[in-house]
Amino acid sequence: MVDGFMKVHAIDKEAIYSYLEEINDPEVPVLSIIDLGIVRDVKMNDEELEVIITPTYTGCPAMDMITATIKIQLATLGFKKVKVTQILSPAWTTEWMSDEGKRKLKEYGIAPPNPKQQVCDQKLFAAAEAVQCPHCNSYHTHRISEFGSTACKALYQCDDCKEPFDYFKCH
Amino acid sequence: MKQILIDYTLHLADNSLILGQRNAEWCGHGPVLEQDIAITNISLDLIGQARNFYQYAASLIGNDATEDSLAYLRKEEEFKNCLLVEQPKSDWAQTILRQFFFSQYQYLLFQKMQNSKDGQLAAIAEKSLKEVTYHLRWSSEWVIRLGDATEESHNRILKAIDELWQYTGELFETSSYELQVANDGTGIDASKLKEQWMTKVKEIFSEATLTIPGKTLMQTGGKEGNHTEHLASIFTELQYMQKTYPGCEW
Repeated sequence: MVDGFMKVHAIDKEAIYSYLEEINDPEVPVLSIIDLGIVRDVKMNDEELEVIITPTYTGCPAMDMITATIKIQLATLGFKKVKVTQILSPAWTTEWMSDEGKRKLKEYGIAPPNPKQQVCDQKLFAAAEAVQCPHCNSYHTHRISEFGSTACKALYQCDDCKEPFDYFKCH
Repeated sequence: MKQILIDYTLHLADNSLILGQRNAEWCGHGPVLEQDIAITNISLDLIGQARNFYQYAASLIGNDATEDSLAYLRKEEEFKNCLLVEQPKSDWAQTILRQFFFSQYQYLLFQKMQNSKDGQLAAIAEKSLKEVTYHLRWSSEWVIRLGDATEESHNRILKAIDELWQYTGELFETSSYELQVANDGTGIDASKLKEQWMTKVKEIFSEATLTIPGKTLMQTGGKEGNHTEHLASIFTELQYMQKTYPGCEW
């Protein structure tokens, strides 16, 4: 049975992506690593399955855990040799987050990243991006801090419903 | 030639690691919660950069070298970081000013390094630059805020300039390995960044009602392994566990 299993998987990239979709980001558990856009490619080299991932932020402490989970998950499915490779270029951007991921984030109470890349705006004391409150949908919100509970988030507060919330900042 | 690239990569790694470690000393001690989180986030980015550079250096060295052995087991005189990053964190003004000087330097450095002939150095620079952009904007805003606010904050940042300016010259002093990697297109000759750095610092200083000090005797030596006594005190925390319990793991 294991042999049959291997053959199917060897050619079926889509199936492998669907297995990877079961693996969540340990820091934002509502997102899968596919939603997050950090899986860059899957390759079959002879007997070895290679999964190529890229970190969201340079110091992201979740990468080691994600690597281990990918290996365990695929091993339980019968893949004997799994290699996880980390690449840095091209650098991850929130543009790679899936629409499904953005929807899940909002439902979870985290404002999803705005579509436009604004990280390179170097203007000092620039007005903060208009971010929609994930709770009451108001745009009357303000930034409390550019840095939040994890490297990928900023802290905001809603001026209408007064709830503080995390914003997955565009990067 | 390989040894030169290793030395250069370690120099880049050591700069990021030591400043990351210094900034981490603020964890739980920041002036307000949001800024405590900001400086420790910057610390995390810097340690992430250091890991990428150390992993690359370890792959070039081969044998049993790992990112951990390079960070935890090398001796003081083997570290190639600039003196600026090892200075004590002191007060908030000094931490901010140092971050600003260093982020401005890294910003210019990584912009150029993105085009390095060495694919891995280029990739690390491209990735890190996105984060350094945040560090630079944040620290520039804070220099202006402190310089142009109260008498107390202004005096504190004046004192910080007095303490730190003497360590800025070394950033742009070309070490032997920098000269060689610049020649073969893998690294950057830091002296070429000086003019742009100075222009940017002047710009922010003028908005902060501060002035650049006159001719100053610059302290150097870190890039070649001659450090101030402060590096040793960092090691008493940074390297303590691995030296007391060799090979210990979480």
